[in-house]
Amino acid sequence: MQQDDVVEPRVPVKDELKKRTVKGPDGFEFEVDPIHDYYCDARPEVRPGSYLKIVEDLFNWARSESLWILGFGTGCGAIEMRPLMTPRFDAYRYGIQWRPTPRQANLFVISGYLSVKTLKRVIRSYEQMQNPKYVVGLGSCTVNGGMYWDSYNTIKKLDEYLPVDVYVTGCMPRPEALLAGFEELKRIIRAGKGEGANLYAKNFDWYKANQKRVIHDWDMPDYNW
Amino acid sequence: MTFEWIKIPQSLLTLFIVLNYGLLLTALVQKIAARAGRRHGIPIWQNYVDLLKNYGLRTNITHGVMYYLGPVFRLSGGVGLLLFVPTIYGSEMFSNLSFAGDLILALYFIFFGTLGMALGAGESGHPHAAIGVSRGLSQVTAAELPLALAVFSVALQYHTLSVTDIVAAQQGGVAHWTLVTNPLAVVAGMFSFLGSMMRSPFDVVLAPQEIPIGPPTEYHSSYLALMQTNRAIFPVAKMVIYMNLFFGGASSWAEFCLKIFLIYMVSALVGVVFPRFRVEQSIRWFLTWAVPVGVAAILLV
Repeated sequence: MQQDDVVEPRVPVKDELKKRTVKGPDGFEFEVDPIHDYYCDARPEVRPGSYLKIVEDLFNWARSESLWILGFGTGCGAIEMRPLMTPRFDAYRYGIQWRPTPRQANLFVISGYLSVKTLKRVIRSYEQMQNPKYVVGLGSCTVNGGMYWDSYNTIKKLDEYLPVDVYVTGCMPRPEALLAGFEELKRIIRAGKGEGANLYAKNFDWYKANQKRVIHDWDMPDYNW
Repeated sequence: MTFEWIKIPQSLLTLFIVLNYGLLLTALVQKIAARAGRRHGIPIWQNYVDLLKNYGLRTNITHGVMYYLGPVFRLSGGVGLLLFVPTIYGSEMFSNLSFAGDLILALYFIFFGTLGMALGAGESGHPHAAIGVSRGLSQVTAAELPLALAVFSVALQYHTLSVTDIVAAQQGGVAHWTLVTNPLAVVAGMFSFLGSMMRSPFDVVLAPQEIPIGPPTEYHSSYLALMQTNRAIFPVAKMVIYMNLFFGGASSWAEFCLKIFLIYMVSALVGVVFPRFRVEQSIRWFLTWAVPVGVAAILLV
């Protein structure tokens, strides 16, 4: 893994994203910087768990029994999640629910191949989720590229861009396999090993360098909550 | 008039019972709605786990002061509504902080949380939140009209604005309930009830599980947990008002649980049968069907 080759964006920043001065309707002039995040652009920090082990164990149990999935289908595997919501498989029985906003979700299912364009949105969505958060890679495409291994426009190993907790392999895996993956994730969380968010914060520079190597038009904050 | 300090722990006990009952009841109704769709639905204790998880998240971010206060207003709306009406009729212990003119205050508290939420969600700056708030306020305003008319009708009927007195007038069997003595007011009130329970056909505000979740789009961790706490308390508190005004109140906790469950089931049954209204459709529905019934209830009382 070379880390030194690309950091500079190769595509020039779009005009509408450049810093500029805007005159309001009342004649008041102010500066606008679309790429700057006004709320929080601080680097992520490693957040330790609760001081008492018994409290952290209780929270981990609650986290494992209340997995809220971000409703963001990145690839063809998103179609495998629909049967989970409906009577045939009914994942709600296992405390798994879907949320439409990254703020409330804590599980990101990367459903299948990830094009570079989508990776950008995935990174922003992932960073807006709150610690602790988990990532499940669905399908072989997330492991090694799968049938897209020689595509010019998809990433091969998801693990280089986001910390992955569980892989569910197959092309495509059936909904049962996804359910088995969620059960495995629950075991990982209960054992206190679901610390992807802290891993991301700890190796932040490495992840950012990897992300910027494939995303050439990087026109967003380095980190945004 | 002297204030009895024992009322504070007694009210907190009411709050505790209602919170737990609300958490279990909402999960149960969700399960029943899931069964109507041939699913098993969430476990009955799921709401507790969700609450615990959201309180246990390690990070949260803020968008400003109103963003903090939104969930607080929402929760104080629910708690205030519960504490200012008598929960159990005839029980000194669970009459809470009710007083002579509490009906007007209760009407105010029903609206209070929505307004606080509007301010808080507005400050989060998310377009989905703004859309949700504008939808929610227009729908709640339209749904509030028939309720206000029904409440005035009931107040005219019993010549009082005190919830306790209204419940007292309905004692002595089903024949004395407002349901029988003033059915038009009850129908108008129940129409309004459908609109304020956030269930289909009037759930376009939250539009659960779709792209725009509405006002709480930006809310997470403890903020969201506060709002979930309110989502357990507020419906029960609102149904306590309905139970007291229209269905004879409750003289024991068992009667309370049964009546609240049955009132909730009205909106749940309607919800699993009818598809969703758009906002302008639901407002038109309230104005053409519910408001005339409310006006008739006032004219004929």
